[in-house]
Amino acid sequence: MTRALRIIAANPLSLTGLILVLAIVLAALFAPWIAPFPTHNSAVVDFAYANSAPNGRNWMGTDLVGRDIFSRILYAYRISLGLGIVVLIIATPIGTIVGLLAGYLGGWTESVLMRLVDVFLSIPPLVLAIAVLGVLEPTLTNAMIAVTVMWWPWYARLVYSIARSEREEGYVLAAEVIGAPTTHIAFREILPNCLPAIITKMTLDMGFVIIIASSLSFLGLGVQPPTPDLGSMVAEGARYLPDSWWMTVFPGLAILFAVFGFNLLGDGLRDVLGADE
Amino acid sequence: MTLLSVQNLTKTFQTPSGPVHAVRDVSFEVERGECLAVVGESGSGKTTLANMILGILGATSGEIRFDGATLPAKRGPVHRRAIQFVQQNPLSALNPKRNIGASVRLGLDTYAIGPRADRWLKVEEALEEVGLPREMRQRAPSSLSGGQRQRVGIARALACEPELVVLDEPTSALDVLVQARVLRLLNDLRARKKLTYVFITHDLAVVRNVADRVAVFKAGQLVELGRTEQIFSAPEHPYTRSLIGAVPVVDDAELELRNKLAEGT
Repeated sequence: MTRALRIIAANPLSLTGLILVLAIVLAALFAPWIAPFPTHNSAVVDFAYANSAPNGRNWMGTDLVGRDIFSRILYAYRISLGLGIVVLIIATPIGTIVGLLAGYLGGWTESVLMRLVDVFLSIPPLVLAIAVLGVLEPTLTNAMIAVTVMWWPWYARLVYSIARSEREEGYVLAAEVIGAPTTHIAFREILPNCLPAIITKMTLDMGFVIIIASSLSFLGLGVQPPTPDLGSMVAEGARYLPDSWWMTVFPGLAILFAVFGFNLLGDGLRDVLGADE
Repeated sequence: MTLLSVQNLTKTFQTPSGPVHAVRDVSFEVERGECLAVVGESGSGKTTLANMILGILGATSGEIRFDGATLPAKRGPVHRRAIQFVQQNPLSALNPKRNIGASVRLGLDTYAIGPRADRWLKVEEALEEVGLPREMRQRAPSSLSGGQRQRVGIARALACEPELVVLDEPTSALDVLVQARVLRLLNDLRARKKLTYVFITHDLAVVRNVADRVAVFKAGQLVELGRTEQIFSAPEHPYTRSLIGAVPVVDDAELELRNKLAEGT
């Protein structure tokens, strides 16, 4: 652990990523205590301060009904991070199991599973998510389902490619000659060798899931008002550009920092986990 | 007593450029407690033969009998456990993400050897038997030298308490000094545990150190089979003579022998 921190701290970019991610996670966790106007995360109106530019009271300005944008961004981070975590927690194991079985077993298992993965991968991700949401009602839960449906095939492909090359390693042959059960070889021998790549990808993907979820709610297909969401805040503010620039710029920057932070941290983790070998 | 008997064993691979006969109509027997060296250059079918004995590959035709019974295409646990394997490359033979102990323990868990609570103890004994300290079970393979890793590979195979061990070039990836030590260990273990070895190698110096008999392979066929002294002193097949002639010269006595052989050809 301390060794991991040392490797990350040695690289200014990874360190930036770590700090950004920590800041965002803490902001999301402690939003009710940090936010100057914790009640502004719902359908509140405060017309006295509506549409005001950044000032001492509202650091990032207010929206059309007078809600504090800074407070809403903190709450929106809760939604984004929560969504990212749920999506990855569901998508990663599904993709990992599919990829592991296809990569290790080969034969017709491989053909069937990987063709299925190809079908999913051939549809542009956002289009697939929009299609899923078109069938289902646009709610937070359904947005999670939609993003999960488009996300697991990437893990299947990643794990598949690693499992296929690990299958040729001597330790797999040794376990086979000993006669260890298939589940042992797949999950106890091969899977640990896929984990560094999976963890790195999960970190990188947190940023991308946040972008996709924001895109969905930008299109009005994700989180519904009055719940604050970075994507819908950008969409709402975009109508009042350039005069009320703060309504779009700050939520936009919030998305940028999240994606940037998780990407840099992901790269840093790759160095840490790769150094194990 | 015959432990392993190979009868008319053939393996043909279908490739886009036509069938390749990796092993052609090979028959031989291995006595219990014996070490049979299988020699031949790369591509002579040694490894294919080993894989068939281990049950990794099925035979195209012919049969393998073990301890009197024909081995089926799909091996049962009794036969899998009785025939174990030591690989050539000790670097890839151990899972980099699992510690030494976990690797050695695999066979114990697979075959439920001994009560669960005693298995770590058994792992430590297995490590001790191959000359490694007991504490090494906690270590990662990356912290071991090539020779140590190969010893772990041997301990892992022996933990299954096999009767026959197939060794596929177990020393060719090691430097000469380590090679000698590992060979001595293998000889020791064979005597102590009454093991039978099928020892695949292309290194004739190794053969002389470990083998009771030698089987010479060329292009998938068994061209000569005889006692080690006999193969070295009076090789019958021209191919065997050329193999012996290809060993780098070590000492004068050997050079003399080599010259004598060369006159014979």
